[in-house]
Amino acid sequence: MTLAATDAAPKDSLFSHARHIVAENPVTGLAFGLFALFALAALIGPYVVPHDPLASNTSAALQPPSATYWFGTDQLGRDIFSRVVVAARLDMIIAVASVALVFVGGGFAGIASGYCGGWTDRIVGRVSDTIMAFPLFVLAMGIVAALGNTVTNIVIATAIINFPLYVRVARAEANIRREAGFVQAARLAGNSEMRILLGHIAPNILPIMMVQVSLTMGYAILNAAGLSFIGLGVRPPTPEWGIMVAEGASFIISGEWWIAFFPGVTLMLAVFCFNLLGDGLRDLVDPQRRT
Amino acid sequence: MNMHAGANHMQPPLLEVRDLTVEFATRRGTVRAVEKIDLTLAKGETLGIVGESGSGKSVTSFAVMRILDRAGRIAEGTITLGGVDIGTAPEGAVRALRGREMSMIFQNPRAALNPIRKVGKQIEDVLIEHVQAQPSDAREKAIEVLKAVRIARPEERYHAYPFELSGGMCQRIVIALALACRPQLLIADEPTTGLDVTTQKAVMDLVVELTRARNMSTILITHDLGLASAYCDRVMVMEKGRVVETATAAEIFRAPQHPYTRKLMRATPRRGVTLRDLLPVDAAPAAAAPTAPVEGAGTPLLVVENLVKEYPRQAPATGLAGAFGIKGAAADPFRAVDGISFSVARGESLGLVGESGCGKSTTSMMLMRLLDPTSGRIVFKGEELSAIPARRFAGSKWRSRIQLVFQDPTDSLNPRYTAARAIADPLLRMGSGLSGKALRAKVEELAGLVGLPVNLLDRFPHQLSGGQKARVGIARAIAPDPDLVILDEPTAALDVSVQAVVLNLLQDLKQRLGMSYIFVSHDLEVVRLLCDRVMVMRAGRIVEAGATETVMTAPKADYTRELLASIPHPPI
Repeated sequence: MTLAATDAAPKDSLFSHARHIVAENPVTGLAFGLFALFALAALIGPYVVPHDPLASNTSAALQPPSATYWFGTDQLGRDIFSRVVVAARLDMIIAVASVALVFVGGGFAGIASGYCGGWTDRIVGRVSDTIMAFPLFVLAMGIVAALGNTVTNIVIATAIINFPLYVRVARAEANIRREAGFVQAARLAGNSEMRILLGHIAPNILPIMMVQVSLTMGYAILNAAGLSFIGLGVRPPTPEWGIMVAEGASFIISGEWWIAFFPGVTLMLAVFCFNLLGDGLRDLVDPQRRT
Repeated sequence: MNMHAGANHMQPPLLEVRDLTVEFATRRGTVRAVEKIDLTLAKGETLGIVGESGSGKSVTSFAVMRILDRAGRIAEGTITLGGVDIGTAPEGAVRALRGREMSMIFQNPRAALNPIRKVGKQIEDVLIEHVQAQPSDAREKAIEVLKAVRIARPEERYHAYPFELSGGMCQRIVIALALACRPQLLIADEPTTGLDVTTQKAVMDLVVELTRARNMSTILITHDLGLASAYCDRVMVMEKGRVVETATAAEIFRAPQHPYTRKLMRATPRRGVTLRDLLPVDAAPAAAAPTAPVEGAGTPLLVVENLVKEYPRQAPATGLAGAFGIKGAAADPFRAVDGISFSVARGESLGLVGESGCGKSTTSMMLMRLLDPTSGRIVFKGEELSAIPARRFAGSKWRSRIQLVFQDPTDSLNPRYTAARAIADPLLRMGSGLSGKALRAKVEELAGLVGLPVNLLDRFPHQLSGGQKARVGIARAIAPDPDLVILDEPTAALDVSVQAVVLNLLQDLKQRLGMSYIFVSHDLEVVRLLCDRVMVMRAGRIVEAGATETVMTAPKADYTRELLASIPHPPI
């Protein structure tokens, strides 16, 4: 039943492995493509956009989409396409920074709580229960309102509300592996408990954490946009998808739908892309899949 | 047996498989798991399918039951059961046959039972589903079924959940479920792997007796040639998806025809052979391993005195106290290990034999200093190791002196570490001071010692075979050059031919490196091959200890005699 291991060295390069994963699941390919587009916009967007995203031009206010203004213009005559592209950088920075923060903090707390048990588990568990007890968006609003309206604080607030999700996943996974043979073997090899935690258990939890990363990445973008939408977080005139939707919302009634529509669609595509990316990322970092 | 063979010609066989080929679609193309096999099974006959992992024996039975997973398909051939062509029949028709005409027993009985439903209810479900009982009399019939599979106190056990029963009892329940509808054909896929020998004997005796009484046909799939020949009329040996030999059980042992059968028989540990006899004839004669002079041979290396491990136990609270969640008074603690004393000399190998739950694993965990004993002393090279708490032992200088080879080579290797990284782990952590090229050279030297090809060192565990993983585990254990290695059933998860090689390897390593072994196992035949002395454990106590040959040939304790009698022997 089990396939005999072939003698050919099964050392696939990461690239050919990635190609296989994309071929196996075209949706993953679509997600990676979208992600590349967003990453490109974040990296070089400000240098290639056709108009200055901040320059207002009252003579060209509220223009519908045209050859000059691909996504139309807003009430101050700013080019919406340029603003949407430039905003990618800020939104991606907020999402990546907050997810990186919670990935390290929440992941470590979760692994420690699952592996050590006892008081560590109780403290980490109660902290995350407390966070879960609040409506998460309201909690994020509260944190930003209390700490002040800056990008750093949005990052911190987004990280805090995602903390319990990471703790739970990491805790459950570490708990299963706590008594695994390879952990015992690591003890026999003279590894300290901290080294077992970080060197042996953490890498094994990576694949499942990658799914969590991509899911919360989409959620972080949505959260940052949401905070800006209600006036907390990024301030105008900085281009940001949430603010742009908020600004455009009042014009929908009078028929200028494009002001809110294009940033909204971009936001949706970004969240969609990250949600789809999860499975692909997991397959990419899991050595078992590289047979 | 001969009567069965004669009957074959008179009536059509119950099951007939012709030219069966099963293919699996994989990432690297189509793999043929089973190739052009023929098989006939007469009514009332018991056929053993023997082979090592990857031989296609399970795939054959899955094809007969038509429960191949999605990647697999029957590419060629016909399967006929009682006149019905299973290969082409619609799914609905096959489903009706499963359970009523053919049923199957799997390897892990606990996984086959619903963990949150009483076993009696599970039997009732099957009886009612197949219209063997009405809801009104189902309970009565279920208890009858429990009686038939010899479960003591069936009225009480009717209310038990699977986790409350032992492995052997769970397997009996599974047998009861499989036989509830009186099928014509029973397929038992490694039904006793993972069970103790005495339980194995009880379960196999039960299967044979029940199927004989009902004139059922049985296919027994196993890796154990001894078990197959002790319980089957005919034995079919498979290798790499092909049938290499089919003969009656007696014939196959008396005059095996195919070289593979001979190799398999050679590798099976049995009475009156030595470790070297297990290896194939054409294997390179093991060059007499250079024997390291054992420093102070014969003097005790490890002395264990009155070792006890207790686990607290709570008496069930009754009445009001129980209702309010007040726990009952602490009952007498459970003694997993109950005051054992023994010693291991330098260069000696000691066998520790017992069935599951006898405390042998707890003992080895305490000796490994992964677990603190409740009382008693562990003295190693004159130093009292039991004084160092298990929690701090990883940092102790004694850690490198005692090492362990794990039972499950897959579970004990970190899936994200390459073989080289796994072997290097103890060297990195225990102050060998090696790094870079020197470390790699040391790892390659260790790989050479255990016979692991150097080009496999950069593979991950899932890219290695079971035997290769076992070698990685052994290399890791001997890396810090320990004085004492505890072998915790190191070959239990391996095929017999691989087991033969690994046992020989362990013997060579011991001689070459002058180590002492404690060999923990449930298999007396294997222990006999490797150990100078043996201890038999039961319920936390040592019931018998002595030189291996003495214990094996003239056992004093009743329990040892029972263990020896339960080992299946071929009919010669």
